[in-house]
Amino acid sequence: MANDTRELTYAEAIREALAIALAADERVFLMGEDIGVYGGAFQVTGDLVDRFGEERVMDTPISELGAAGVAVGAALTGLRPVFEFQFSDFSLLAMEQIVNQAAKLRYMLGGAVNVPVVFRMPTGSGLGGAAQHSQSIEAWFAHVPGLKVVEPSTPYDVKGMLLSAIADPDPVIVFEHKLLYKTKGPVPEGDYRVALDRAALRREGRDLTIVAFGIMALRALEAAETLAQEGVDAEVIDLRCLRPLDREAIVASVKKTTRLLTVYEGVKTLGLGAEISALVAESEAFDYLDAPILRLGGAEAPIPYSPALEKAATPQVEDIVAAARRLAHGRA
Amino acid sequence: MEDRFDATPAPDGVNRPWVYSRLSGAELREALRRMVRIRRFEEAAEDSYIRGLSYGTMHLSIGQEATAVGVCAPLSDADYITSTHRGHGHCIAKGAELKPMFAEFLGRETGYCKGRGGSMHIADPGRGNLGANGIVGGGLPIAVGAALSAKRRGSNAVAVAFFGDGANNEGAFHEALNLASIWRLPVVFVCENNQYAMSTAISRSTAAVNVADRASAYSMPAEIVDGNSFAAVAEASFRATDRARAGDGPTLIEAKTYRTRGHSRSDRNRYRSREEIESWKARDPIDAFEAELLAFGLASAEEIAAINAEARADMAAAIEFALASPTPDPAELTRDVYSPA
Repeated sequence: MANDTRELTYAEAIREALAIALAADERVFLMGEDIGVYGGAFQVTGDLVDRFGEERVMDTPISELGAAGVAVGAALTGLRPVFEFQFSDFSLLAMEQIVNQAAKLRYMLGGAVNVPVVFRMPTGSGLGGAAQHSQSIEAWFAHVPGLKVVEPSTPYDVKGMLLSAIADPDPVIVFEHKLLYKTKGPVPEGDYRVALDRAALRREGRDLTIVAFGIMALRALEAAETLAQEGVDAEVIDLRCLRPLDREAIVASVKKTTRLLTVYEGVKTLGLGAEISALVAESEAFDYLDAPILRLGGAEAPIPYSPALEKAATPQVEDIVAAARRLAHGRA
Repeated sequence: MEDRFDATPAPDGVNRPWVYSRLSGAELREALRRMVRIRRFEEAAEDSYIRGLSYGTMHLSIGQEATAVGVCAPLSDADYITSTHRGHGHCIAKGAELKPMFAEFLGRETGYCKGRGGSMHIADPGRGNLGANGIVGGGLPIAVGAALSAKRRGSNAVAVAFFGDGANNEGAFHEALNLASIWRLPVVFVCENNQYAMSTAISRSTAAVNVADRASAYSMPAEIVDGNSFAAVAEASFRATDRARAGDGPTLIEAKTYRTRGHSRSDRNRYRSREEIESWKARDPIDAFEAELLAFGLASAEEIAAINAEARADMAAAIEFALASPTPDPAELTRDVYSPA
């Protein structure tokens, strides 16, 4: 039962979800680099090792492929590992185990097994990490049948979605934007769940639909306030779930507003925005469109180091405002 | 027990293999039975391909049966194995039935994987076989994870990771050995060194002379055995699994063996000589095992003939079962991508 609600940071909300799962289910354990006494590179696991011990909060060597495979094998044989990648970029070293094994084992074995593993992935730019510590590679995973992929944007959602992910019988990738770790929001105490297949309507509007997720959902909401002052009423959908996509929520919103802007930090070409655009183009919402669909994505470049360049590489609030303005005042 | 080999020195002065005193005659005959069934299964697989009945690729382990069955001799259904793309033998060695195996080979709904996996993914999780694997080295870290599960549960189960010489240059091999060693997990790493990774001889692929040499880098005991000798392999496997069950951590076994068939259907055998292949065929592991059982009085010629006759009859029934089984319904293409809600 969810009861008292407090303000927690996004990182605290994750830690609370992990503590609840660890306390409730003996099978749950955490794996990752420096998640024990160090507390995690982003201090997400914090003091959990003191509360649950080194067996349940298990430091791994810098050995992403092997350790991710251990998580897959443990999940296949009755445990429920929650694996933290220090940066989502490092998951590329473990792609074999995530994509060839975790995602496919249940199917390849004719449904005879489950792989209840959670991979947590700090994602995105904005901290000066440069090209190998700042990528947004959600689309890589969202392309893979057998995986579920989510990216919560609020402390409330990340706690509820992480608890859902840990309880889920299938492999779930949870992307956590690094800039969100210190953001605050209301979080109920205790165990509650947020579905892994539903988008959230964050702001109702009449003039256009902005579909975003993660940090971009927050930027879209900020942009919507500026737009409102100009008389443009934007609807903001926080996608939350990247696989599966909440097709119904997107289509219903576009039918209402007749305009669609997608915003995402990953590289624009072949990113989530392309899929959302195609989904709408193939749907009954197509006939309602009053303007071409717009995609606002990351630059066609690795994430650069210099703050001046880094900021230019991903959509900022003013970019969203400008794009929405163009869309709202464009061809009718 | 009279069905057990008498360890008193034989009149001819020949030392009997140690494993013949650890296993009963019935257990040894069961081992032979499994080796023969592997051979019949793979010959049937090959034949079905030649006759155009099978569809995808296949990797035959003919000549390697002693390794698969010897390694599995100390294992029960509670113990885990992870297998390779050349996995038919491991599956049968772990106790799988021929009918659902051959049905899987032919892509039928009655197969172990309901036709979704095929030859390269046959699994039998109910008996601890976590599956063959199409990715070289893919099963090693998974076996380490299964061993972690077993240890956490407080069971004395072990996990065996089968892999070939080709896998010993994959990062996954090195990472898995290191993790199993630092965490002292009950894993047995079994390298079936059949000397060629597809066409590449181990001398061209591997800087170490023996795969077993690599274990020392991970503070892990290792031994090299004649992979064509059931007794030699089983003895090493008992030693390694006893160690693992006692909490003493992982072991690497390198079984030197040979696949007398090609790598897969596309193989023209241009990387090795006919003489080399024939020399290994002369060391056939099943012939050798039968001769030993006869010589030591642990199986009669009649019993061996019966084992062979039964394997042929069971294989014929498995083929019939598979051919009569339905193919999967395309309407159920996406079933089991995810668990039911």
